[in-house]
Amino acid sequence: MPPAETRVILKNVDQPGYSNDLDCYLRNGGYEMLRKAFTMKPEDVCYEVELSGLRGRGGAGFPAGMKWKFLDRKSGKPIYLICNADESEPGTFKDRQIIHKDPHQLIEGMMIAAYATGTKLAFIYIREEFPEGARILEKAIEEARSANFAGPNILGSDYSCEIVVHRGAGAYICGEETGLIESIEGKRPYPRIKPPYFPAVLGLYQCPTIVNNVETLCNIKRIVEIGGEEFSHRGKPGAAGTRIWCVSGQVKKPGYYEFEGGAITLGDLIYEVCGGMFPGRKLKAVIPGGSSAKILRADERYEGHLRDGTAFDWGIKDIPLDFDSFMAVGTMSGSGGVIVMDDTVDMVQALANLNAFYAHESCGQCTPCREGSLWMKKVTTRMCNGRGRVEDAELLTSISRQIEGRTICAFGEACSWPTQSFVAKFREEFEAKTAENHSAAMKDANRLI
Amino acid sequence: MNLKPETLAQIEAVIPKYPVARSAVLPLLHFVQADQGYVSGEAMEWIAEKLQIEPINVYELVTFYPFFKEKPGARRLVRVCRTLPCALAGSYKICDTLQKELGCTLGNTSEDGEVQIEFAECLAGCGTGPVIMVDDDFYENVDETKAIAIAAEIKGETVE
Ligand SMILES: Cc1cc2nc3c(=O)[nH]c(=O)nc-3n(C[C@H](O)[C@H](O)[C@H](O)COP(=O)(O)O)c2cc1C
Ligand code: SF4
Ligand code: FES
Repeated sequence: MPPAETRVILKNVDQPGYSNDLDCYLRNGGYEMLRKAFTMKPEDVCYEVELSGLRGRGGAGFPAGMKWKFLDRKSGKPIYLICNADESEPGTFKDRQIIHKDPHQLIEGMMIAAYATGTKLAFIYIREEFPEGARILEKAIEEARSANFAGPNILGSDYSCEIVVHRGAGAYICGEETGLIESIEGKRPYPRIKPPYFPAVLGLYQCPTIVNNVETLCNIKRIVEIGGEEFSHRGKPGAAGTRIWCVSGQVKKPGYYEFEGGAITLGDLIYEVCGGMFPGRKLKAVIPGGSSAKILRADERYEGHLRDGTAFDWGIKDIPLDFDSFMAVGTMSGSGGVIVMDDTVDMVQALANLNAFYAHESCGQCTPCREGSLWMKKVTTRMCNGRGRVEDAELLTSISRQIEGRTICAFGEACSWPTQSFVAKFREEFEAKTAENHSAAMKDANRLI
Repeated sequence: MNLKPETLAQIEAVIPKYPVARSAVLPLLHFVQADQGYVSGEAMEWIAEKLQIEPINVYELVTFYPFFKEKPGARRLVRVCRTLPCALAGSYKICDTLQKELGCTLGNTSEDGEVQIEFAECLAGCGTGPVIMVDDDFYENVDETKAIAIAAEIKGETVE
């Protein structure tokens, strides 16, 4: 029996008979937590969120309560709340499920967060490729407004807040929070330099702004329900609450699965929950947190000490699913997108595929990122086309190292980490991919580039 | 500028939602492109005028955001996700099939000008890849048979 999921955020998603309209949501206890939050003072809601230890689910894992605390409330400027529904990190597909199948959960979470932070105008930034999702959200907001859960004088109080759905237009960089803010301002989504442009201080329209991921905001509702203290005990320390893991690639049952932080291991997820590998295939590598996370090789051993000092000695299957364990093995849980690769995968092709993504998505502001992402794409594509050179592995590493840490936004790291880790861990494949050794790889039925 | 009355209504409704008019430029571009199939130079100037911004501030968005088209495109847009999870599930092969069935090469429009095929980057459906979008519709787990059926459906509709 595979380990049982703990479905909290996905509780209603895919339940037979559950629909995404307000009536159905209300029949299932919808908006009760908003009512409860309204019996509390906004600062008490913020306190509960801080106590909960909830970490952001969008990628960086930053504690939500701390982010909210950074809000510059003394400026006297309006405060904005933005839900990041850009969901474009390759391998990530959880927010779409929530938006499509349980949109009111998100709106309730957002309204609680808006009330707590003192926001009067909130935005949902949704990628263009979710046209249906945008329509569903518009309808849900309309329903919530007519039932007085959003809009003027919510639930008879003197607190009012509107939500606006803002659609992107096909650019990954709009997921980066300051790029996103520029995009809402009607500009090119060029990320801003931090400091000084920390959104909590100088965000949308130069006003204090909170940007949180869809799943993070849904968790706010949960915190009001069970209390911050109790929430902090669900899951391992540093990984409070549940987390949705999106599994894609070469496993029998890919999909989205929710577990308490650290409750199971990567091995449990792949072999038990997802049914393991296809017949006759062996696990080769896993990218654990969206395509930007460093790759893990199946036959590696990971040794070291966790932040609390405990020693660990793990194989890939032993890594617990939580923020700190993935950090400890040199990668990150990122956006929760687990991409599984078996022994049929050509690692040079896999990297060339990802490099094509980053080259396409760099916003172009910083020279190292703009040029470097293109070079990495060109080199890996050339290698796949039978024109590899012995020194390419070295060249790729060198380019990637010249990007990391030298750019305005974290896209610089996001695009250099795949190249760095693929080459470091599968060096023999990169070195073997020279012109002389080139086989008919590109004619493969299952080519990746 | 001959925008449909519904489009004009959408435009009038969206502008006041934002505290700063310029923020409405992306929604306006969406509405105009949905109405006309692309964003013409005239449309950009019209939007700029409407929002009291410079035309260059509209143009710089059209050139940056991949979704906006400066020229009329085909009637149907087929987007095939090519990013790693979908590629592992066989999206490159599916793309070949679609090109063959639709008589159209990647990045181009079919001879009759009806269909256009493009690659897309991760569409957030990686667990059910290969994923493709035909205009606003999402198709998951697209195997060979499904790709052929989708192509036939598109051709059937465009013939009418
Ligand atoms: C290149 C890049 C792309 C990103 N894309 C997304 C995204 O699609 N969705 C998301 O929620 N966060 C994304 N992020 C993270 C956001 O910048 C931000 O940290 C996050 O939305 C904060 O929400 P959280 O604290 O609730 O996680 C991205 C970051 C970078 C650097
Ligand atoms: S790192 Fe890349 S994506 Fe980020 S601002 Fe610089 S050029 Fe743009
Ligand atoms: S890679 Fe195709 S949907 Fe994510």
